Amino acid sequence: MEKKFLGQRIKRNEDPRILTGRAKYMADITYHNMLHAAFLRSDYPHAKLNSVDISAALEIPGVIAVYTAEDLGDLWHPGPVLVPAPHSIPGIKANSRTQIPIVKDIIHHQGEVIAMVVAENRYIAEDALAVIIVDSDPLPAVENIEDALKPDSPLVHEELGTNLATYVRQERGNFAEIKTKADYVLQQRFVMDRGGAGAMENRGFCANWEEDSQQLTIHCNTQSPSGLRNSMAAWFGIPEQRVRVVVPFVGGAFGPKVMTNQPEEVLCTFASIKLNRPIKWLEDRSENFIGTTAERMQVHDCEITFNKDGKVLGIRDSFLYDTGAFNPYTATIPLNTQTHTTGLYNIPVFLTEFTSVFTNKMIVSPVRGAGRTYGVFVMERMLDMVARQLDQDPTYIREINLIPADAKFPLETGIIAQDFAQFVLDSGNYPAVLKKAKDMIGYDDFKKNIQPKLRAEGKFIGIGLVLFTENTGVGPYEGAKITVGNSGKVFASSIYGTQGQGHFTVFAQIVADQIGCRVEDVIVETGDTDKFAWGTGTFASRGATVLGNAYHHTAKLVRAKILATASRLFNVPEDELELGDGVVRIADVPEKFIKMGDLATKANPMRGTIKPGTEPGLEATGFYAPPYGATAYGAAAAILEVDPISFNIKFHKFVFVDDCGTVINPMILDGQLHGGIQMGIGNSYFEKLVYDENAQLLNGSLMDYLIPRATDMPSKMEIGHLNTPSPLNPLGIKGVGESGTIPIPPLYCQAIEDAFNLPGLFISEVPLSPSVVYQLVENAKSKKQGELL
Amino acid sequence: MSDLMDIKVTVNGTVYQRSVEPRMLLSDFIRFEIGLGGTHVGCEHGVCGTCTILFDGQPQRSCITFAVQADGHSIETVESLGTPEKMNPLQEAFQEKHGAQCGFCTPGILMTMKAFLKENPHPTEEEIREGIDGNLCRCTGYQNIIESVKLASEKMSHSGSK
Amino acid sequence: MKPASFAYFSPKSLDEALANIAEVGDDGGKILAGGQSLVPAMNFRMAQPTALVDLNEIQELFYIKPTDTGGLVIGAMTRDRTVELDSLVKKRAPIIPECLYWMAHPTIRNRGTFGGALAHSDPAGQLPVVAVVMNFNFHIQSKDADRWSGADDFFVSVYTTCLEADEILTGIEVPAMTKMSGYSYKQVSRQTGESALLGVATLLSLDDAGIVKDCRIAYMGVAEKPVMAMEAMAMLNGNQPSDELITEAIEATVKGELDPGADIHASVEYRLHLARTLGAASVKEAVIRAAKQE
Repeated sequence: MEKKFLGQRIKRNEDPRILTGRAKYMADITYHNMLHAAFLRSDYPHAKLNSVDISAALEIPGVIAVYTAEDLGDLWHPGPVLVPAPHSIPGIKANSRTQIPIVKDIIHHQGEVIAMVVAENRYIAEDALAVIIVDSDPLPAVENIEDALKPDSPLVHEELGTNLATYVRQERGNFAEIKTKADYVLQQRFVMDRGGAGAMENRGFCANWEEDSQQLTIHCNTQSPSGLRNSMAAWFGIPEQRVRVVVPFVGGAFGPKVMTNQPEEVLCTFASIKLNRPIKWLEDRSENFIGTTAERMQVHDCEITFNKDGKVLGIRDSFLYDTGAFNPYTATIPLNTQTHTTGLYNIPVFLTEFTSVFTNKMIVSPVRGAGRTYGVFVMERMLDMVARQLDQDPTYIREINLIPADAKFPLETGIIAQDFAQFVLDSGNYPAVLKKAKDMIGYDDFKKNIQPKLRAEGKFIGIGLVLFTENTGVGPYEGAKITVGNSGKVFASSIYGTQGQGHFTVFAQIVADQIGCRVEDVIVETGDTDKFAWGTGTFASRGATVLGNAYHHTAKLVRAKILATASRLFNVPEDELELGDGVVRIADVPEKFIKMGDLATKANPMRGTIKPGTEPGLEATGFYAPPYGATAYGAAAAILEVDPISFNIKFHKFVFVDDCGTVINPMILDGQLHGGIQMGIGNSYFEKLVYDENAQLLNGSLMDYLIPRATDMPSKMEIGHLNTPSPLNPLGIKGVGESGTIPIPPLYCQAIEDAFNLPGLFISEVPLSPSVVYQLVENAKSKKQGELL
Repeated sequence: MSDLMDIKVTVNGTVYQRSVEPRMLLSDFIRFEIGLGGTHVGCEHGVCGTCTILFDGQPQRSCITFAVQADGHSIETVESLGTPEKMNPLQEAFQEKHGAQCGFCTPGILMTMKAFLKENPHPTEEEIREGIDGNLCRCTGYQNIIESVKLASEKMSHSGSK
Repeated sequence: MKPASFAYFSPKSLDEALANIAEVGDDGGKILAGGQSLVPAMNFRMAQPTALVDLNEIQELFYIKPTDTGGLVIGAMTRDRTVELDSLVKKRAPIIPECLYWMAHPTIRNRGTFGGALAHSDPAGQLPVVAVVMNFNFHIQSKDADRWSGADDFFVSVYTTCLEADEILTGIEVPAMTKMSGYSYKQVSRQTGESALLGVATLLSLDDAGIVKDCRIAYMGVAEKPVMAMEAMAMLNGNQPSDELITEAIEATVKGELDPGADIHASVEYRLHLARTLGAASVKEAVIRAAKQE
């Protein structure tokens, strides 16, 4: 009987190195003749740059070079569009502006690079930044996305004549018509504001151009090693095969590290070629707040139509989306919003349109949750509006609007997703997830027996329960190469970004199941483009689904080679062989076996002859491409208490139920959810990038930008699972990386409203803060009933 | 640039003599002068806790202390705990309970917890939660860190190890 | 985020330190105590002292001693964590460990110093407001002078004290708490260890008849330095501390004496709400504690 590792709680292969401080991260990359870069960044969000005087900087001992835009010559140009506009959608408007490596004439956002210093060390480099003199004239800045589209607004890109970046309208059914047939139509404005990714490790990049061998080696904590290789190859006219990207251990990413063609990448590579020396840049926390990317600023104008029985007939959602100063990622985020709004609900009519707007703020690119969060936010909030209008329990309104368990999956939604394919719900049992969450949180008991008592004691304690979907595992593809080596170790390489998700273990589990070896004997490598060349990158919760299935498929190819080779060797049919514990044996004659390493040696003989057409070795390369994304879903529920003095929040109970199909490693799965929930809590109550009216960031440090700490979290996140395998891929996997984050903001809103139980209290903007909730509650107290909606 | 100063610092039991600029941060000294990369740097303003080391046995932030201030003092870093081949009970507990994901904040948490468990060998979950409150982690939501520390305290009280 | 260059002095004695700061103080030199606020500011290059006189090796500045009158003297370089855990401090000035619990996190308090936190004069600092309420006495020395300052004079404004460029805060005298005195320190911050949004320190005594006397209340987070709640103190002193009176007294201060500002974490209205609710809670706690001393 062969042992199965899939589904087992297996300790991580990577931990011994991580836990002993031996794992190497970007800051550990070093060359003996390495130089250090630092960047002068704009203080102004919008300005005309007149001149940059670098003479004093060049005088400082230890400063090797200072570069400004003119030094780049023909290499100065905007970066490529990373994700194209969804041109198949009729009526689309698309204006594209991508970031430039270094400011030449117009500064478009605070933090944009004006000059680069290369020095013996970072201390000296920063001394040099301090003496560079910039002459610039500030221009009126575009901060507010609603004002940005008014005719008298300043323009981020003057030559466009507008701040409109993208407009997309998608409609299922006819909203105008359904609106006339419904018993009720409610309208509401919703706002979600910006938050950062906040990985503990900032970005880092090290370029080493070796003139003699014409080889460029890049170390970077990117989420997309292949994307970075391809972009640097294209930018500098070097064949990809001469560009090697190596990704060391990465200290978290959560989205922004997927960006390529960032100014620092281009400039470090440029400087390395120019100086023929390795150049390293480690982003510091200050730079991270203004010079990387962030997410989450949307303003929604929504309508929901429903009948008095609570059945929703249709939804309209018209929203604005802040894309920042440039839009290399075009519409991934707002398309995610569009596909995740009606989610797991049966909403016959859906009109969704967005206008993406340029502002003088840091570029927006996906951050964990990536647009899905807003869709879920407005939908869940609108269902709460329906519940309140009809004086029904919120979970009842959800229950009667869910897609039923016996629906004929796959269900087409008619809405184009971020992968430009139609968003399809592949499988699931939505009523079951609602029921499980209700049971786990003890919903009915709390409402009926517990809450009334606590309310009588004067406590502000409320319950919330919300549902969500997460479209995961989108294409285009991933691939892997697996080799059984002479040592018996299995080398399983791919090109992907790995930032703590346990890839070195979960992929090893998948491979070990096919090869018949121990999990710790599978060495997974995801970060060296010289070991494997083909892949796309870490985004959209696609690692387990897309790369996992690529590993599975490839391991099966290797397994076939193992069986064929051993069959020839033992002269028995393949079906009489068994793989396990690192050996191949004849099932009925257990003492007759060969170690996997010895078999690998035999499969690659150094002398003699082999059958013509035989591929040497126990090695295969394989790929997996999904037709469209697999959709995970789930529910979050909480009982929380608001402190009447501080308005800080304490959780009494926190429940999360998730269906991500087949589970690879339950321990790692729960860990992914825990971290996602933490970020969702940040997005709800702590984390907000605050800009003044001139688009200047007011809280660019961890002293003022608050990431949830241990004492801010529920004392226990109870995790429940359903397992509906996805029919889209052989392993039945759906992704999970972003699930934890997605439903938390509407959960907070619903539970806080329930805690105060004031008719006039309805929360439509996040992130919240104690001060904001205090104000909302005070306003609600002075409102009369009926003023709410 | 100001004059270099000669300092003598004991790191993980070994005495190192170096000449450094007064402004060199202790975190940079440990990483780049001594070559011990396990001490990570997350914010350089004392908030995230990633760079926490033991300074004369006490957890302190190495990013907001100057290397010259460590002259004549003793530093312990994550490298003083176990090795990949033989982790110490605290590290083993972090593996068993999945207390680390990306691992970037982990060395700071391990060093903070080493001192914490010495002071409080049998902590409650609530005490552990307060004990790691000064260390930011973006991956784990802290739940498995707390369970790891709890398990470590149990392991250590059985084996009598510190 | 690397600091600019500076000259570094690490004196081994106070005399040496006073000589050092006399030399560099007027030219932008600064004292380095625990550095838990100064060094971050230097890493951001918001502070660029030309020289640092580091007091960390001066053993004579690390002490906690009882005074004959029932108070304490605390050496300026005594680590905050040492003060927090000290049994004598707990006995003679329990409000101090109570407020130190809120100061950042233990790892910061392991390095941060008692004198440093006072000399930093952070408007959201825990120790300054307690210093005002308890009326700490500050021992200030320079090469040529030696003086004492009361808390009222010591704190001038945001990050500004009465210390001259060549002076060092060397010790802090904590007056004795009177018999039957109650105390309370309360604060609200968005996260444990993060900057306080508002805090209140209260000290009062009850006489045998349960009448309030020697009441002192001060707020932090509402102005550039701690603000004494003079109106509330006047209304409470000499009276029975009923819940109604406490509410009324605090309301008088909130209406008449507090003029907090708004920032990204707290609106004016929210701060006023905190001032009301925390203020009343603090006085009530102090009353209960005073009553228990009987």
